Amino acid sequence: MAKAGQGARRGNGLGFSWYNPRVRSVIYQAAVLGIVIGLVWFFVATAQQNLERLNISSGFGFLDTTAGFGIIQTLIPYTEQSSYGRAFLVGLLNTLVVAVIGIALSTLLGFVVGVARLSRNWLLANLAAAYVEIMRNIPLLLHLFFWYFVVLRPLPGPMQSLEPVPGVFLSNRGLILPEPVFDASALAFLSALILAIIGSVFLVRWSRKRQLATGQLFPAWRVSAALIVFLPALVWAIGGAPFHLEFATRGSFDYAGGMRLLPEFVALTLGLTLYTAAFIAEIVRAGIQSVSRGQTEAAAALGLKESTTLRLVVIPQALRLIVPPLTSQILNLTKNSSLAVAIAYPDLVAVFAGTVLNQTGQAIEVISITMAVYLTLSLLTSLAMNWYNARIALRER
Amino acid sequence: MGMEDVSGRPRMKPGTSRSPLGWARRNLFSGVGNTVLTLVSVYILWMVIPPLLDFTIFSAVWTGTTREACLVPDAGACWPFVWANIDQFIYGRYPPSEIWRVNIVFALGIATIVPMLIPAAPAKRFNLIFLLVVYPLIALVLLAGDRPGLPPVPTSEWGGLLVTLVVAVTGIVVSLPLGIVLALGRRSSMPAIRMLSIVFIEFWRGVPLITVLFMASVMLPLFLPEGLNPDNLLRCLVGVALFSSAYMAEVVRGGLQAIPAGQYEAARAVGLGYWQAMIGVVLPQALRHVIPGIVNTFIGLFKDTTLVLIVGIFDLLGQVRAQLSDPNWTVPQGALTGYIFAALVFWVFCFGMSQYSNFMERRLNTGHER
Repeated sequence: MAKAGQGARRGNGLGFSWYNPRVRSVIYQAAVLGIVIGLVWFFVATAQQNLERLNISSGFGFLDTTAGFGIIQTLIPYTEQSSYGRAFLVGLLNTLVVAVIGIALSTLLGFVVGVARLSRNWLLANLAAAYVEIMRNIPLLLHLFFWYFVVLRPLPGPMQSLEPVPGVFLSNRGLILPEPVFDASALAFLSALILAIIGSVFLVRWSRKRQLATGQLFPAWRVSAALIVFLPALVWAIGGAPFHLEFATRGSFDYAGGMRLLPEFVALTLGLTLYTAAFIAEIVRAGIQSVSRGQTEAAAALGLKESTTLRLVVIPQALRLIVPPLTSQILNLTKNSSLAVAIAYPDLVAVFAGTVLNQTGQAIEVISITMAVYLTLSLLTSLAMNWYNARIALRER
Repeated sequence: MGMEDVSGRPRMKPGTSRSPLGWARRNLFSGVGNTVLTLVSVYILWMVIPPLLDFTIFSAVWTGTTREACLVPDAGACWPFVWANIDQFIYGRYPPSEIWRVNIVFALGIATIVPMLIPAAPAKRFNLIFLLVVYPLIALVLLAGDRPGLPPVPTSEWGGLLVTLVVAVTGIVVSLPLGIVLALGRRSSMPAIRMLSIVFIEFWRGVPLITVLFMASVMLPLFLPEGLNPDNLLRCLVGVALFSSAYMAEVVRGGLQAIPAGQYEAARAVGLGYWQAMIGVVLPQALRHVIPGIVNTFIGLFKDTTLVLIVGIFDLLGQVRAQLSDPNWTVPQGALTGYIFAALVFWVFCFGMSQYSNFMERRLNTGHER
């Protein structure tokens, strides 16, 4: 009896019994797997039947077919004669550009608002709190509708366009900015900048090593900052400006020159930024508040300056709490950029899962590709986050 | 701020005054930097508040029955547009003679949810079962009809706040049990079940809700046998439910992780089986821990319901947009009026829920710290 029990626990396969947890576990798993495989098989078989019945050919051959529709914002060359595959790339790039700009702006605004909420200034702290509570409790789609249908679309045409800053026009054609055009000395300028950055990386490393070895301090950060500013400035002074701004001129129907941001793009970026910033502000506030007062007091007792305390004690510990939820907000922003379809910004979903799907009818392929893109983006982000988390995790001794 | 004197009021630093002026000097003008921040804040408020109040209250048109009432020069919000369409905003195109059915469902919902939210109210277990099982069935029968005395109302005629609530409540009612099962699966010791749960959860969390809705409305019909053609709303409900259960699973998993393994082991040691131990011992503790997280998931879901308008279902926001294109009500300020109204409704719901979540969080924390 005792022997049989032991054998069952060790799971050597002897003595089949319903009361053997190992056996039961295998049966459960086989049953669940069987059900899942059966369901998948059923759906695939049904889909095949339906496709045959509806005369839809499956496969990814349609990606090479001529698209035949225009896209209002293309970062790579694209015409109506381009293929569906090219349209996919255009949409993907449009998604990425709005996501990257939105992430940068919302992180910046989120940190500002989050710190403002902790300000000792009563009015500012409450203003920041009101911002957070209003923005995050209104659906993102409503934000987008507001910016697009209420603010940007009813703007006057180019003739009567607003000019908030000289050279910057705001009309129903979008936001027109001066375009930076690179001149001959741009390459030298860029090399100087890169050289300065590489130099300061080595400088910081060297100073840290020296500090560990001898205890002597070297103002590496200040010297690096000076290096990064002065080296390119020197090149600028010698070789002339690396770029000049080409201002747009107003015609009766449209603008000539300049850099144009579509109203759809501006509305999407504004909506995503203002909405996500509210969530980031809360994350930043919670992160900073989580660093206990004792830490700051201990640092002060050791004689650290306030700025050093902030840099070496408070921020590293706050970041440990801020970064994981911040990453998930960044991911949310990327996924939320798909709401572009509601205001006709040509992102991946609008171009590919919208227009291409409607024209080709290849629902399964198109939706699968679209989902795969977002899945890849989020898996890459999670991988990066796990790596970062492992690096900064609390090392308990 | 310092010690307390006999009167129990905090004693101030000498030389500081308790008057409003003293308060302002301490909190708003204590230094150059602080003063600059105050001035910047005042400037922002000045830019936002007066125009907003002017548009929504002082210059707004409050009475009238037609669009002409709002066509006065420099008029603000056109509130008659909202009054005239309030039925559409709440019920969509639900037949007016049958609206009492929706009202019963609303009233029953409030009567079920409010005691659920009050911690002191009795019979939580019974209440939860009623909310998750009985109430959805009653609501389905009443809303869809096709029973004696209840003429059928196709879902294409549902709209407005009704659809918003149907989508959100279905999402929560399905995602709570499904999320619990998925969370348990993800922590299971059986590799196949763990893998399946992880793949399911990470898939739904990795894709945007819009693609899920597109999948539900365009791709799903291809995977169903011929003749079985659920209507658009039902397909979207399936998509929303699967999507939100993945998020719910992660919330529940957080709660499960907070319960020490000793609880489960002790339950097994006294002879309980896996499910008995989970349902009787571990889950009641874990779920109580994550009530704020569940409410936050629900807030997110509630805001996300607006996306169904992209696949042609008229939720509150979709209905507002639909009424805006009504030629009887085309006024220049109509869009802003409608959006402010919709924003206000969503804000009241979401802010209320987040305040409740904060309240529960405080309650739970004090329970632990004692």
